Amino acid sequence: MKKITGLLVAVLALATVVWAQGALSINGAGATFPYPMYSKWFDEYHKKNASLQINYQSIGSGGGIKQVTEGTVDFGASDGPMNDDQLKAYQDKHGFPILHFPTVLGADVPSYNIPGVTAELNLTQDAISGIFLGRITKWNDPAIAGANKGVNLPANDIVVVHRSDGSGTTYIWTDYLSKVSEEWKNKVGKGTSVNWPVGLGGKGNEGVAGLVKQTPNSFGYIELIYAIQNNMPYGRVKNSSGAFIKADLASVTAAAAAAAKSIPDDFRVSITDPPGKAAYPISSFTWLLIPSKFSDATKRDAIKGFVKWMLTDGQNYTEALSYAKLPKEVVAKETKALDQIQ
Amino acid sequence: MATTTTTVPSAGPIPGSRSFLGRLREGDEIVRLITFLFAASVVLVTLLLVFELWQGSVLPRHKFGFHFFVTSVWDPIFDQFGALPFIYGTLVTAGVSLLIAVPLGIGAAIFLAELAPARISDALEFFIDLLAAVPSVIYGLLGVFVVIPLMRDYIQPGLKKSFGFLPLFSGPGYGVGFLTAGIILAIMAVPYIISVSREVLLSVPRDQREAALSLGATRWESTWKVVVPFARSGIMGSIFLALARALGETMAVTMVIGNTPTISASLFSPGYSIAAVIANEFTEATGDLYLQSLIELGLVLFLLTFILNGLARLLIVATSQRGSGMGHA
Repeated sequence: MKKITGLLVAVLALATVVWAQGALSINGAGATFPYPMYSKWFDEYHKKNASLQINYQSIGSGGGIKQVTEGTVDFGASDGPMNDDQLKAYQDKHGFPILHFPTVLGADVPSYNIPGVTAELNLTQDAISGIFLGRITKWNDPAIAGANKGVNLPANDIVVVHRSDGSGTTYIWTDYLSKVSEEWKNKVGKGTSVNWPVGLGGKGNEGVAGLVKQTPNSFGYIELIYAIQNNMPYGRVKNSSGAFIKADLASVTAAAAAAAKSIPDDFRVSITDPPGKAAYPISSFTWLLIPSKFSDATKRDAIKGFVKWMLTDGQNYTEALSYAKLPKEVVAKETKALDQIQ
Repeated sequence: MATTTTTVPSAGPIPGSRSFLGRLREGDEIVRLITFLFAASVVLVTLLLVFELWQGSVLPRHKFGFHFFVTSVWDPIFDQFGALPFIYGTLVTAGVSLLIAVPLGIGAAIFLAELAPARISDALEFFIDLLAAVPSVIYGLLGVFVVIPLMRDYIQPGLKKSFGFLPLFSGPGYGVGFLTAGIILAIMAVPYIISVSREVLLSVPRDQREAALSLGATRWESTWKVVVPFARSGIMGSIFLALARALGETMAVTMVIGNTPTISASLFSPGYSIAAVIANEFTEATGDLYLQSLIELGLVLFLLTFILNGLARLLIVATSQRGSGMGHA
């Protein structure tokens, strides 16, 4: 199976090389969430550097990690950082480590459909985790109603909706739940797919959004960008400072800025539930996975050149596509980390 | 009829009449060789498929063994994988779809082949072929936008009111679930059954009908007691084609089944099927055991199809000996 996939990628890569007729081409694969951003970047960068063609296949974070570990692509991309086992596997296979470079930020928002309720709900950590654990089953539960005085919540059963396909969106959501609920952490955990205690599964953001829109009394999570672009209503979430924050690009960047002070050198950091009054608590970086050593010097310089551009000029393209941009501290740190690529 | 092998006058060479080279030059041997390779490639692909699935699922086969088939926890975080809810969901949705599609499909085929004027029959056949060619994602959308709201607002409350005492129709109705998936699969399967069955019924020799009529049978008696039994194995064939489609359907099912691995007697309950879980989780599956468990699910689906097809063939043999074995083509 692996061999066949590898071979296919190799053939595809070969085809693009032939097609590009001698121009340098770099191949990457991985996360689907930042794909619109990445393809915009690669396109813009190609306009500036006509001799360089970067090809990116959005096959999913898991696939990205696998392919870059096997060496079938030049770089990978993932919505969740590689874990220690995966890093070790890479080091063992190649003899040098792989590096993480945050590119943009994404966030999840809680969306709901309660007949008769048009107000924006305030949701506490206990309310969200309780609903997803199946402990809170009615909309008028005190855990929800307590933070929403004046909203007439019905006594109806909550229909939980989650993603059925493995996704970075789910990773962010379960990472958040693991931080705010000890029970979730021990019983379910975090990952791109988990064993959900309750709820219906919808395929993709559009699947979850469709189920939430159609099913009365439903509650689900969707990506911020999807919610913005499709005008989905969503609630405010209580952050660690006790403020109810509505997700938008500013509050997501604020979350990253709050976490930036303590960001580790390898950038493998979760920024869910961060400190900071204005920080939205359910957000995350998405990463490029770049080998720290290239045998081909032109390829190495091309990739470094691209990342440098992405961190500076490239960040100006983010907000038009509804992605939150990186905070300055992170950009500075990443620029420094580029020297580790040899 | 379709299963009785008719002996074709041997196309093989008369021994000694021509040399091998001579036959080669005339082309017969070349055609034989090439077509043999084509036929052999089918076997080869099947074997390769099983081999790859078997090779790709070493870890879970060793770790879980038979438990893989009988446990129902599917937890990628704690590395526990059991296939039972997926097997259950696949069988239940396929079963529901056949329960609906078989009577509907065969009934329509009988009308088109036996009762309808030829012009209407041909015109309808065009629509049926069109339906069979519609991509499954379109049926999925039909499910999401039409069938699910209908189920949630009318059909499920209605069934619950009249048959709610049965465990089959108990529990909350979300619109998505086994029943909805079964209905969508039935809609997808009906064109196959009609199309193939109609062809088979039309190919029943005219003298069969005439013989029955001349013995004093009514039109319906001749159709139901002579023509349909004569065509039985071909009709069965159409049902298995429909079954195969129902077992392997991915996109339309995942859009309407609710994607929750549950085993429940209630048809209203959300469920999950093998094909749907593979399509949903394969791209983001990290970790070897997780990925290989998904591949083992593929193997399970292959086995399931294999077993059901085997049973189907046995059924054909059994019934044709009893009934339509008398007829010969």
